[in-house]
Amino acid sequence: MEILAACVIAVLVACGVYLVLRARTFTVVLGLSLLSYAVNLFLFFSGRLMTGAPPLATSLGPTADPLPQALVLTAIVIGFGMTAFVVILALRARGELGNDHVDGRGDKS
Amino acid sequence: MSHWIILPLLLPLAAGMLNLLLVRAGVGAQRVVSLLTTFALLLFSLLLLARAASGHIDVYELGNWPAPFGIVLVLDRLSALMLVLTALLALPVLAHACFDDDRRGRDFHVLYPLQLLGLNGAFLTGDLFNLFVFFEILLIASYCLAMHGQGPERTRNALRYVVLNLIGSSLFLIALGVIYGVCGSLNMADLAVKVAGSAPDQAPLLHAAALLLLTVFGLKSAILPLFLWLPGLYAAVLPSVAALFAIMTKVGVYAILRTQSLIFAAHGPVAQSADLLLPLALVTLAVGSLCVLGSRRLRELLAWLVIVSVGTLLAGIGLWNEAGISASLYYLPHTTLVTAGLFLLEGYMTRQRGAAADRLEPGAPMSQPDLFGTLFLLGAMASAGLPPLSGFVGKILLLQAAAQTHAAWLWTIVLGASLLSLVALGRCGSMLFWKTEGVPVSGTAVSWMRLAPATALILAAVVLAAMAGSVTAYTQATADQILTPRIYIEAVLGGVNP
Repeated sequence: MEILAACVIAVLVACGVYLVLRARTFTVVLGLSLLSYAVNLFLFFSGRLMTGAPPLATSLGPTADPLPQALVLTAIVIGFGMTAFVVILALRARGELGNDHVDGRGDKS
Repeated sequence: MSHWIILPLLLPLAAGMLNLLLVRAGVGAQRVVSLLTTFALLLFSLLLLARAASGHIDVYELGNWPAPFGIVLVLDRLSALMLVLTALLALPVLAHACFDDDRRGRDFHVLYPLQLLGLNGAFLTGDLFNLFVFFEILLIASYCLAMHGQGPERTRNALRYVVLNLIGSSLFLIALGVIYGVCGSLNMADLAVKVAGSAPDQAPLLHAAALLLLTVFGLKSAILPLFLWLPGLYAAVLPSVAALFAIMTKVGVYAILRTQSLIFAAHGPVAQSADLLLPLALVTLAVGSLCVLGSRRLRELLAWLVIVSVGTLLAGIGLWNEAGISASLYYLPHTTLVTAGLFLLEGYMTRQRGAAADRLEPGAPMSQPDLFGTLFLLGAMASAGLPPLSGFVGKILLLQAAAQTHAAWLWTIVLGASLLSLVALGRCGSMLFWKTEGVPVSGTAVSWMRLAPATALILAAVVLAAMAGSVTAYTQATADQILTPRIYIEAVLGGVNP
């Protein structure tokens, strides 16, 4: 299961980095979202993967670590807010600068 | 237990929320709230400085959860110094903004206290994840402040700034995930203990995390490969916002100093990132000073000076000796305050130069050349490091600190950078004040009252030079405390951990 989780994160990060490096704001925003999904999963998995374990310490067997769940919740909220902000900013840049390039300079052709 | 430590967070938070309710009441009421809060913040910060100066480290456990489990706020000498610097910068800049910058857009007085909340939080927190949260608070406030006053140029630069910082935040979270996965803790003091005692097979992951953190903080503090966002942004925003942003890069410097000295110490098992700091700083300094010389607009020149100052600061820190860190901590308030003052002054000078604005080409003569000329001269002397002002003292301290170990490289680059800054500022001054053409633009004269904040910030160079003895005594004690992380760890963890 660890291998599968690692592959999922790797694919998400690779796609995110590729999209972030594109020139248009729409793809960059998509890339940022993919990156933040990958980061959230990674944070969640940093408490180790296990199934059926109770989230609170008991004397019986292994327990799931509740802290990464709290961390990932915070990260999701912040990431969500930031994505909303960057979407609005990108729309605004499209309106004010007349094109959707990240450097705001339009096509060179 | 003293509840004073949390006041620098609660005060701006309350002021921000109050100002949100006061939107209908108009900007006058909001100004009163912001000014009173920032003034109170300055008083409390000074009180906290007096408390921390004794060498005692105050630890505030949020929700009364014991240290490695809950979030702690920690007040040591370094945090207290940064708090005072923030308040000292925030008050004049706010006073300047209250003349008219705050009416050029909406909600300035809501965002400004929230920006201060983020800054103070980042300086006080003793928990890495909490540091991330406060970084996000200060960043989102800074995104909105950067857009304040609007206009296409601001949008273009703000978009780049936001995208870069969102990528930075992702890297920050990945580093936190790695650290938590390896050490099972995010409390800085607890991490210091765990990293120092880490098994050899954990070292590669910790190296990766340390370098990721250095990258993230390097992006915030604008060191070499990651500084391209800064000149455009600082040249595009309003003068008062640019002046406030003078401390934004210093947050990155603070975070580098805190994490590298405490968690990934220079002589510990994970030392690579600390060793990288000096070369990175020197390259930043060299490239930054060349760009100062090459800038064609005054705002751009000032923005590149910010990068030069970051290079100088990190060069001192990168030496990892008491004298170097102490020199940097002396240089830190000097460069922040003087640069902010120059940004404020630049706003008024640009208005008087008519169509030439801040481009370094012959423009209309200013209507108050003597006044502006004197202030600009003082600011430029302080930035370039000419005696007898504080920039000179700071650089002498830095050169002395490097005398034994890294004299050849550091002296060459620091002195060369000072020379280039001096040439650039001299050329810029002669262009602004002497190579004029046409008639003065009427109706742009500035009253003493309006110039007071900029004057106060620039005169900080004189005050810091006059008080150099007591300030360096404090910074030396601070450097000593930073280089003895044991004191910090014991204060935070107390009797909980061995």
